[in-house]
Amino acid sequence: MNQFQYMRVTNPKAAVAAVSKDNTTMFLAGGTNLIDLMKRGVEAPEKLVDITRIPLNTIEKTATGLRIGALAKNTAVAEHELVVKNFPLLSMALNAGASPQLRNMATIGGNMMQRTRCSYFYDTALPCNKREPGSGCGAIGGYNRMHAIFGTSTKCIAVHPSDMCIALVALDATVNVSGPKGDRRIPFADFHRLPGDTPQKDNMLQPGELIMSVDLPMNGFAGNSHYLKVRDRASYAFALVSVGVGLKMSGNTIQDVRLAMGGVAHKPWRLTEAEKFLKGKPATEATFKQAAELAMKGAKGHGENDFKLTMAPNSIVEALKTAAKTA
Amino acid sequence: MTKDTKNPPIDRVDGRMKVTGGAKYFAEFEMPNTTYCVIVGSEIAKGAIASLDTKKAAGAPGVLGVFTHQNMPPIPGWDAPVQGNGNGPPPGPPSGGEKYRILHTNKILFYGQPMAMVVADTFERATYAASLVKATYTKQPHQTDLTKNLEKGVTPKGPRFEDYLRGNADAYKSAPVTLEVKYTIPIEVHQPMELHGVLAGWTGDDKVMVYAKTQGVKGTQKSVAEAFKIDPNNVHVHTEFMGGGFGMGLRTWPQEIAVVAIAKKVGRPVKLVITRNQMFSLVGHRPTTVQTINMGADTNGKLVGLSHAATGETATYEDFTEGTVSMTKFMYACPNVSTKYKIVPLDRGVPIWMRGPGEATGAFALESAMDEMATKLKLDPIEFRLRNYTETDPEHNRPYSDKNLKEAYQKGAEAIGWSSRKAEPGSNRDSDWLVGYGMSSGTFNASKGGATARAVLNADGTLLLQCSVTDIGPGTGTAMTMIAHNVLGVPVEKIKVEYGDSALPNSPQQGGSTITSTVGSAVHQVCTSVKKSLIDMATQSGTPLAGIKADDLTVADGFVSADGDSSKKVAIADLLKKANLTTLDKTEESKANGKPDEQKYSMYSFSVHFVQVRVNPSTGVVRVSKAVSVADSGRIISPKTAASQMIGGVAGGIGMALTEEAVIDHRFGRIVNNNLADYHVAVSADVPHTETIVIDKPDPYINPMGAKGMGEIALIGFAAAVANAVFNATGQRIRDLPITPDKLLRTA
Repeated sequence: MNQFQYMRVTNPKAAVAAVSKDNTTMFLAGGTNLIDLMKRGVEAPEKLVDITRIPLNTIEKTATGLRIGALAKNTAVAEHELVVKNFPLLSMALNAGASPQLRNMATIGGNMMQRTRCSYFYDTALPCNKREPGSGCGAIGGYNRMHAIFGTSTKCIAVHPSDMCIALVALDATVNVSGPKGDRRIPFADFHRLPGDTPQKDNMLQPGELIMSVDLPMNGFAGNSHYLKVRDRASYAFALVSVGVGLKMSGNTIQDVRLAMGGVAHKPWRLTEAEKFLKGKPATEATFKQAAELAMKGAKGHGENDFKLTMAPNSIVEALKTAAKTA
Repeated sequence: MTKDTKNPPIDRVDGRMKVTGGAKYFAEFEMPNTTYCVIVGSEIAKGAIASLDTKKAAGAPGVLGVFTHQNMPPIPGWDAPVQGNGNGPPPGPPSGGEKYRILHTNKILFYGQPMAMVVADTFERATYAASLVKATYTKQPHQTDLTKNLEKGVTPKGPRFEDYLRGNADAYKSAPVTLEVKYTIPIEVHQPMELHGVLAGWTGDDKVMVYAKTQGVKGTQKSVAEAFKIDPNNVHVHTEFMGGGFGMGLRTWPQEIAVVAIAKKVGRPVKLVITRNQMFSLVGHRPTTVQTINMGADTNGKLVGLSHAATGETATYEDFTEGTVSMTKFMYACPNVSTKYKIVPLDRGVPIWMRGPGEATGAFALESAMDEMATKLKLDPIEFRLRNYTETDPEHNRPYSDKNLKEAYQKGAEAIGWSSRKAEPGSNRDSDWLVGYGMSSGTFNASKGGATARAVLNADGTLLLQCSVTDIGPGTGTAMTMIAHNVLGVPVEKIKVEYGDSALPNSPQQGGSTITSTVGSAVHQVCTSVKKSLIDMATQSGTPLAGIKADDLTVADGFVSADGDSSKKVAIADLLKKANLTTLDKTEESKANGKPDEQKYSMYSFSVHFVQVRVNPSTGVVRVSKAVSVADSGRIISPKTAASQMIGGVAGGIGMALTEEAVIDHRFGRIVNNNLADYHVAVSADVPHTETIVIDKPDPYINPMGAKGMGEIALIGFAAAVANAVFNATGQRIRDLPITPDKLLRTA
């Protein structure tokens, strides 16, 4: 770890001002990922701006739904009455992530900002275009069991590791950010990006922009939600594949549906085609299978992760069955 | 009084200290002016350092020295090559290649090999300075893939590793039912919570204090004394507590000796705590191993022939060997048995024994194959084992000292609900999950080594026990307390145990499931000697017990009393007073049993593992939903810590079966999942309620307590029970550990 300066701020303006000044300064929230990256020499900021004193940790009802402060802790959100009642998918996804200790530290904004867990990204002795553009992708032709099957590029096949983000993309969240040029709103589905030729960029934030909060619109999915996480051990493991489902049922008919997958792409992967197909269809295993097939269009394995081409559609069907309570 | 009855469950004597922070681990010790050392490891697997830039690091704040092969202080005892394994100077050249000596030349023999050791006044400064050391290399092609180098296997030296043959090696081929199968296990790493390292400080020109993480303080004492050519009595090693060892502390690693040398050079104590990442390259691992089992049986379910061949990895610079094929030689009644064991030198750090060591690897193959053959024969796996049960050791043609495996099968089967098992694989379904049952056996050599113990009985009725043994976690102090209590009748709360320090009486290192037998025997012997003195004193003329035979007297609760007449008794305090003694202080050496081959009986501990698994066929997820482990390991000295040790074996076994694999990217010769987020040890959520059962019958021959080890058997065989249960649940036979979801989906 390099030597660095540390400063605390108590309001968003000061935070944005401090970070937008130079690109060697970074925000520090829960630190559950950034500090690890600094210890491994992957990140080496010269200055950390601790934003945890900014009052951005409230969870409150709005006219259209719920607003979650960017500094609310993962545990606080997962256990919040309004979240459990209205957005159980978010609660389930949060609780599927990390460990209780990490969830107690990690913030909502930080969760969105976490970097990939690709081994080659973490090991500075190995090539990685995300860490060191132009050095090559170690995972292509290497250890890529955890890697992406959608939206990859010849430069990067890493996945975004968050569970929470799968729920947020499924629930049509919007991200409120504040930056040197003012405030703006980013639809969650557009917040993260695919690697393309610039895998070093995980998301669409501009330099100095600070995540303030996340808005969730009210929906009718609370009664039929499920987050399925398939992983190598029962806790504290990243998803091989995960599926977030929200269904609005009318009898056995699917009135509306939200579907997203994790562990399969560089960004939380919304399954819009499958959603369109399922609308108005009966909740049967046959329709679920057809939806899964649609969802898998364009999927491509990279060797060690070829099993995901089977695991992903199977998991979509499993998750839909559980959400629809047809299992 | 050696009790023939079962021992009561007592609390772990150091439990309170451990949960309140009172137990001090090596890294928690401080010496005045301690400095901190950080290792810079090589980034290639084979070749040489072309250049090493240490200037920036040397000039960084607080840095006291940057040690490399160019300026490493001498280690005088290592100047001459020395043969051997384990403790002591680096072992001699193996079956090929050259010896490894830390910071000695520019040659690189494995990825992560220390190239520089940076010493600074704080850990943080040392860590930062270490990041400034830059190397360039002359690379050579490396070989790190065992499967691609199997033909380079050599048979290690020593009678234990010679090819074994009983009867006809090809007999299996002509049997009515045959099986030829290959099993592989990956690299597993120990990864206990406590990181490895050492704190060393010289207290004189030829005197050094060493706080180590070692499974044997006497072994470390010897290693340091030999390395620096000083009197072992001038090397003081302390390791009272260990945050898990599992075998990685069974030798003194080169970087620890280097720290002792550097401490002398900088003239201040040096503390090294390696990183979690370095725990994957500097302190050994369970070697990746490829095995084949060839088995033949007749239609009555009798084994006709059995062959077991295993090839494991070692380093190019040192041979590592273990008993991978041992169990196959004696476990079942079979007239024709052959085994072969080979090792392949790879450009990797040397392996070290990991819990259960080779036997756990071998049992995965043998006990999986037994299940495969039972399936072919359409026999229940327990019934198949019973048809090939042997009451005598077929390898040595002699009886077992004690074997109750039939009882263990029966008790385990009852506890898991074996009758619910469906013989037809894939036929037991609980909604979306497939349910399966599996079982397996395990065994490990039981022995008694030599050790010395001291017992000091005080006039106030308290007892002090001393032995240098390190308790790596199983509860050695608790077992010693129980044994002393049984002999001298001193209440357990009045017994104090001191251990884990080289100034205390001699003990071997804690490993190979031998310490309860070995140190326990010494404790038993010295307490028996104290008891005899008490009885001698108590039966002198003029006391109420004069003339009563020793056999008719009991020592307990501070008195010597006559059996059957409690009015006749003498207080121990009075006996000491009368003899003008404040304490009764004895030290006794208990001798090792002879070599296994010289014994009249074959001595083994046995275990049986039963599991119920649930498998989700669409996601490939396997969960162990119930586990039962039965130990047949003689008299149980401390039931609570024994049960804990068995539960630990189940946790380790679930990891071995389902989650643990250190993955090498062979393009770089580097373990890529080198952290605890990506290397998956089983977490609590993976370990179901576990029922532990002990047969608890004393072995009549091994030692005065009748106790045998259980550390290894708690793990040995477990992975096969899981693999067998997965087969029963799904009909899919996974012969390549760990059984991860992708493998089940691939073979589905």
